[in-house]
Amino acid sequence: MSDAAADWPDQIYALLKEHDIRQVALVPDAGHSRLIKRCLADNDIKVATLTTEEEGIAMLFGAWLGGEKGVLLMQSSGVGNCINMLSVAIAHRTPCPMIVTMRGDYGEFNPFQVPMGNATQTVLEAMGTLVKRSDTPEDVAPTVNATLRMAFNTYRPTATLIGQRVIGAKTFGK
Amino acid sequence: MSGIELGATGKLKRRSVVRALLQDRDGLLAIGGLGAPAWDITAAGDVPENLPLWGGMGGAAMMGLGLALAQPTRKVAVITGDGEMLMGIGSLATIAVQKPRNLSIIVLDNEHYGETGMQETHTRHGVDLVTMARGAGIADARLVRTAEEVIALRAAVHAGTGPIFAQVKIDEASEPLVLPPREASILQARMREAIMGKAAHLQ
Repeated sequence: MSDAAADWPDQIYALLKEHDIRQVALVPDAGHSRLIKRCLADNDIKVATLTTEEEGIAMLFGAWLGGEKGVLLMQSSGVGNCINMLSVAIAHRTPCPMIVTMRGDYGEFNPFQVPMGNATQTVLEAMGTLVKRSDTPEDVAPTVNATLRMAFNTYRPTATLIGQRVIGAKTFGK
Repeated sequence: MSGIELGATGKLKRRSVVRALLQDRDGLLAIGGLGAPAWDITAAGDVPENLPLWGGMGGAAMMGLGLALAQPTRKVAVITGDGEMLMGIGSLATIAVQKPRNLSIIVLDNEHYGETGMQETHTRHGVDLVTMARGAGIADARLVRTAEEVIALRAAVHAGTGPIFAQVKIDEASEPLVLPPREASILQARMREAIMGKAAHLQ
């Protein structure tokens, strides 16, 4: 491992390869931009940009039906869009790993990000998701690894929340 | 192909449409949207290649996309209702951008929410799903009203020239319930085994 403070997106990409992830569904977030670029450059990974995050929950279910592993990348506000669709992974007992970059979490500037950011973990856990947080760059890769392992080994929704202390708060110059 | 029937309104009967689409299916994988389309694919034969949905409203088309991308050599048909499609209408854009050749999205349009008391959907009031699909970028977007058009749709589904979108105007009469297993872990495991064999359970 080199400099985790800068390299954690590359470490996530390496984990996606190690776990043979073939489908990456996403609604972009600035915190995921470097990881998204790595995935787009990889011919063995099919990247689908979504119109709304719950599409990704459904897509990962379809991928698993066909024997491919997928992961959903989104920002914390998108978790709110996923809630009912998580019933698909729960009822079918299928893997559904999510990697969530947090907004409204630590030093947030935008009032609209706070309600969902503050509720992200509670809401996911209310829907049966195993949630782990990483609040330091060094902790991101081990946490994402655990999230992937628990999803594919125990067949359920799992999530890593990457804290805003890792990503840096968007300040709009203030 | 015989047996495609018209109902009292002169529109296609849903069960006969689905039976025709799934006849001699040659490994075709079918996802049935929640409610009547799930019962329709079950009535045509409760086989492992069917994934009837009991929920996840708005997600059927995207499940089809994930499956079609994972299994590019198999044909995948999503058979769903107008209400379910409207809830996930943005997925037509996502699918159009991905361009899966092996995916067909077939909407059985009775212009009503059938499971909740036959309230009217937007298609009852002129919302044109074919135009929306074409606008999303699905070039083969077709309106299906006749037995001949159902037969042509079936041929297109098997030809692998997708993505295909079809809005099939159907008679609104309800059909008897034909329920699939309700334990959804069975539904996913049997389809996975049908595709990958016993190894599916060791993935």
